[in-house]
Order: sequence, then structure tokens, then C-alpha cells
Amino acid sequence: MKYDIILAGVGGQGILSIAYLLDHAAIARGLRFKQAEVHGMAQRGGAVYSHMRISDAPILSDLIPEGHADMILSVEPLEVQRYLNYLRPGGVVISNDEPVKNIADYPADGLVDAALMALPRAILVDAAGIASAAKMSKAQNMVMVGAATPFLPFQWAEFEPFVQRLFGAKGDHVVQANMTVLEAGWRVGAFAKELLDAGVSSALVGRFLARLQPMTLDPAAARGYAGVLEGVRAQAFLATEGARVACDTALLNTLSA
Amino acid sequence: MAERELLLGDEAVALGAIHAGISGAYGYPGTPSTELFEFVQGCAEAEGIHAVWSANEKVAYEEALGMSFAGKRSIISMKHVGLNVAADAFVNSGVTGIHGGLVLCVADDPGMHSSQNEQDSRYYAKFALVPCLEPADQQEAYDMARVAFDLSEQTKLPVVMRIVTRLAHSRADVVTGDRSPQNAMNPLADTFNFTLLPTIARVLYQRLTDKQPDLEARSERSPWNVLLDGPDHSRGVIVNGIAWNYLGEAYEGRIPYPVLKVGQYPAPVAKIRALLEMVDELVILEEGYPFLEEMIRGVTGVHGKRIRGKLDGAVPRCGELTPMIVAKAMGLPVPDGMAPTLEVVPNRPPTLCPGCGHIDAFAIIKAALAPWGDVRMFGDIGCYTLGYYPPHNAIGSCVDMGASISMASGAAHAGMHPVVAAIGDSTFGHSGMTGLMTAIRENTPMTLVILDNGTVAMTGTQKTMCTGEDLVNIVKGLGVDPDHFKIIEPHRAKAAEQAAILRAEFEYRGTSVVIARRPCVQMKRKGG
Repeated sequence: MKYDIILAGVGGQGILSIAYLLDHAAIARGLRFKQAEVHGMAQRGGAVYSHMRISDAPILSDLIPEGHADMILSVEPLEVQRYLNYLRPGGVVISNDEPVKNIADYPADGLVDAALMALPRAILVDAAGIASAAKMSKAQNMVMVGAATPFLPFQWAEFEPFVQRLFGAKGDHVVQANMTVLEAGWRVGAFAKELLDAGVSSALVGRFLARLQPMTLDPAAARGYAGVLEGVRAQAFLATEGARVACDTALLNTLSA
Repeated sequence: MAERELLLGDEAVALGAIHAGISGAYGYPGTPSTELFEFVQGCAEAEGIHAVWSANEKVAYEEALGMSFAGKRSIISMKHVGLNVAADAFVNSGVTGIHGGLVLCVADDPGMHSSQNEQDSRYYAKFALVPCLEPADQQEAYDMARVAFDLSEQTKLPVVMRIVTRLAHSRADVVTGDRSPQNAMNPLADTFNFTLLPTIARVLYQRLTDKQPDLEARSERSPWNVLLDGPDHSRGVIVNGIAWNYLGEAYEGRIPYPVLKVGQYPAPVAKIRALLEMVDELVILEEGYPFLEEMIRGVTGVHGKRIRGKLDGAVPRCGELTPMIVAKAMGLPVPDGMAPTLEVVPNRPPTLCPGCGHIDAFAIIKAALAPWGDVRMFGDIGCYTLGYYPPHNAIGSCVDMGASISMASGAAHAGMHPVVAAIGDSTFGHSGMTGLMTAIRENTPMTLVILDNGTVAMTGTQKTMCTGEDLVNIVKGLGVDPDHFKIIEPHRAKAAEQAAILRAEFEYRGTSVVIARRPCVQMKRKGG
């Protein structure tokens, strides 16, 4: 059993905190890990990444060989593109959809998301929306940890002691707020995973998720939607714009009727 | 008692040194070495270890040498180019030898993630004729650091530990062991060894060269130099340091060829010969320069054997090794990897932080320089080197610590005008004062702008020695003309007024100094 993950983002987005949580969760489970980080100049707003390897067997290389990564987990959508050569066939991309436009030649709106939706297994997460709904706008990285969890050998609640270590000094309410956004991220990731596993395209999963309230997502119910998303009613629902709706039995009934 | 800890390679070396009973840790911040010192610093008080950043690497090395003179153990850490600064002390400490154990951990940066070059510190160890240890992983980093102090005291020599970025900044679990107490105070009674007058130095240099057979014998029997057999003798492989991991990765741990894993120098020549005799072709995979490869090839090559490595192009000469490069060099198939799904993926270089005082300083300086056209400043090592990039276009050189001032002086000697140098407060304390003193004595027509942000920003806001009023007093003490010594707090709102102050100094045909003082935003965020 091994999980090779490329963590990506822009300096200052907190990918080392993501790595911290994954490292400690792995150790707590008695797993081995290696995690190569970038320090120094690149941390000043440049492209940053970390190679994170988790396994039940000893790990040799600190770097993931190209074509071997099981996951690219990115806190910024453009950054995914720099590391696609590392992704193995069947690997998953989980990315925040919030761009960091600190460069003049950032691609036009829509292009970056569309390029990700063209991938066979990609999940775009509205980490900014989820984090700010919990008044935790700086916790987008915690949302992303949650979103990645369904693809890893962890339960989202396992991160709590390590979130406590990172943020405990700021008070219990900060720890709990971080856990709340982490859970919301988990709901998005787990729900999307069920749909992708059922053969729904990345693009369709993305359009569907964009209409739903994250905290109402029940991964156990996700498969029920897989068969109806191509239907006329679902397509009509996806074509409309508007506030996010609760993902509940009523919605399923509406879409499948 | 054995415990399992999560450690960066840097931290593993630090913990090994602590467990070996160091009484001091010395260094100057520099990526990728910084976290070694910081780890010791974090527990220095509890452990009774002296750990305060030094003004530069040479000072750090000499302080450690003094601690060794007193009979105690200490570790010095620096990045590879830092050893250029400390080289005088380091090379001579091979001749003096040591008393209390002394280990120099140098973090090389193949691939230049955060450096000006990718020099390989194994050459320095060879140059100084001292042993060098090179760990392959975090566990070895910890284990070697402990043993390095014993090796140092047994051979009476400083020991170099060479690590590289991918180990220094990679985290893994490490099993730790017992702890040794610190050495008791035991100053050297006979000072002959530390007094390198030519008559004495000749004796000591002979003694150093006489030690070489012992160092070679230690390398031959070192547990870090392992010759492993394999079923297929058509080919053999030599690896150093972390190259071992990439080779293992390529074969999923089952390497079919004999392999010599090198982790202790001087190079184990008998083991190299034994491997060569076994095989038809030798592939040399080195993280760094082709150090072993040049030695093995010599000028005539090895008769009847094919040697492959960086010198014949089997492995790229520049940059760091990767699992892919190693797999390719071994002739293994490598996956193509997925291409980007976006037509153009723009680069995202590092930038100055939003709100950084350097941004305003550069804008004001460029405005002041406008009458002379697009003039750039001689720059130095720090965040402000990013002033090279647009939109600043303010910095025009970056060579080594302190070079801004001396290069500006030289350009002024040649007749260039105006000539402006920019240096940070910590870099000024590290290597800028002597250059400025020289310029002031000659009244060289140049302007030095000291960007005082109150911290060593690039490496993570370490404490600086040369900021605020201390910096003002140092500059005054160096003898700058008080009429041409100005202090500004650069800010867009005062741009016109401040550009006028600067322009007057740029016009002046003598040495002038302007301190542009504004605290680092990263430091303020951390509550500094």
C-alpha cells in the first residue's frame, strides 16, 4: 500500500501545514512517510510544492518518480499544470478553484478550470467559499486536506489532535472552526469520489458540486445521483444559475422524477 | 532509549549532534542549512548549549574552533557557498587539527533551488584533507552526526558532513538512540598545534598528510561504504548519498547489479577497485559534481571497462539527480508522464511580499536615478535580489555576500557614474562593512543604500546584528562623511521628497550612505 502525493500551491498558502497534518496522521497509523519540501526563496509568492510519500513499507526516494503520483493536491488551480507529468494513469487531481493571480500573464478566466475539468479524475473544490462561510478565510488549505482524505487511508476526524497542535494556541474555537471546514472539504471530496468512481465525468461532477451546499453532502447518498445527472431534469437544474441548494432527498426526487 | 521522531534531514543532523553531547552550535542562515541550527536553538536553553547565530560563516567556524580548543564538542552549519566564506578557517583547521570534536555540516544545493551555484563540498573536504560523511537518508543523517564527533576526536580532525537540499528539506521518521554527556572543560595545554607559524605549520602539515592512510583505512572499513553484490555482473554501479535511494527506487529495492554505496571519504579505493574487477561496465551516479567519476577515470580511463556518468553524458552534468534521471541512466523505461492540459503554463517566480518596504524603496531609487536612464544597482544576497525582476528593474547584480559594495567601488574606479549599491542589514553585517570601509577611505564616488528591514528575511526572519541605531553607529564609525549619510523610511507617499534626497547623493562625487529603514512584513506578522 502506498500513496504518492504532490502537494502544490503558491508560497504563503500553507502547503507545509497540509504536509504537517498528513505526516502526523501517517505516523499515528504506524505508516512510513517521506516528505520533501521547498524552503527559501520560492516561499515568497512563487510556485511551491512538496513530494509526500506514505506507505506501509520503507520508502526509498524522497522524490516521487514521474508518472507515479496517486494524487495532485493543489491549493491553486493553475499550479496543478506544473506537475501533471508526475500523475500516474488513474491518479486523481484535487484542486482549490480559487486562483492566485500574482502574475501578469495568468490565463484568462475559465481556461484554468476548463483545463482541469478535461482530466479524467479531477475535483475542483470551492475552498474559498467553504472557508469564508465558516469565517475562516485563511483555512482554504484545511478544506483541501479534508477533500483529499477520502482518497487516503485516514478518517477526517483523525486530524484533530494535529490541528490542535497547529492552532491550539489560538484557542479551542479556532481548532473547532478548522475542523468544521476540514469536514466540509471531506464531504465534497468523498461525494465527488463516489460520482467519479461511478463513471461520472470530472466536468459533470464539477458542475453538480457547484450547485450544492457542501455541508449537506452525504457521500453515502452520492451513488444515487450518478444515474440521474445525465437526465433531462438534472441537465435543466445544472443549466440554471442560482444559490446553492441542499443536497437532500427532495433534490434527488426532483432530479430523478 | 530508542524513540521515533519526525525530522527534516537538517533536524536529524542537529539531533544527532545534540545526542553526541555538543556544547555549541554555530552558523549563519542559508537555505537549505538553516533548520539545522534552528533545531538546536529551539532546545539550547534546556540542553545547556550555546546557540546564537554568528555574523557570518567564518566567524561561526572560528567560534567553534575555539570551543574545540577548550575541549568541547560543537557543530557548525552553513550552506555550500557559506563554506567559501569560512574556507580560510576551515582549511587551516585541517592543519591545526582539533581538540574537542568539531563537525561542519554543509548543505549543498544541487539544482540551485535557492543558490548562486551548485558547488560540491566534497572537494573542500578533500582540499583540507579531512574526513567527509555523506548520509543517504534522515536515519543516516542522525546516525552519522553522532559518530562524526567520535571520528573527529579519534582522528583529531574536523569532520565534514555533506548533505543536499533533498535530504536537508525532506522529512521522515528517525529512530533515535542514547545520549552522550557534554565534554568537560579541558583546554589544550600545549598550544603548539594551534599556532600556525610557518615552522610549526610545516610540522603540522606533514602530520596531516601522515594521517591520510589512517583516514583511507577507516573509509575502507566504514559501514557507510558498502559493496553489495548482485547477480548480473555485466554492470556495476557507484552511488553517493541520496543517489542510493533513486537507484533503489528504479529497481523497487531489488538492484540486479553489484553496487558500491559511498558515504564516507576519502573515497574507498580498494572497494572501488574490487567493484571494477567484478564488472564490465561501471555507472557512476553522483548527486553533485563528478567527484568520484573524475578520480576513477583519471586521464587514461580504466582499460577494458566502460565508465558511464556525468562526463560522458549518461547523466546530465548540471542540476540535481531525480528518480527519472537515474532510471534513464540505467537504461530503464520511464513513463512519458501526462502533458499539461493548458496550452501555456506561465511561470510563477517568487516575488516580494505585498506591503514589502523594498517595493517602495526600489520605486523611489529608480525615480531618483531616472535622469541617468535605466540604471540598475549592484545588488547582494537577500529578498531584495528579487528587485532584478519587473516591475522593479532595480537590481543588476547578485554574486556573493557583500559583493554589491565592492563591485560598485570597482565600477566607480573605472569611471562609471552614478554607481549605487544595495545591501540588506544582515548582509552588511556579514560581509559589507569591510567593503564600505575601503570605499570611505578612498572616498570612492558611489552611493550605498542599506535596506534595513530589521531581520534576515529570506531565510525565515532570523535575528540580525546590524539594525536600527546599531547600524547607524557602525556606519558612522566606519567614517562616512556626516553630510552624506542619510536615513529615510521609504514610502510611496513621500516618494518625491525621498527621491530628491537620493538624487543629491547620486550626484555627489564621493562615498555616501543612505539607510532605507522599514521593518520586514514577515517579521511583523510573526510579532517580531
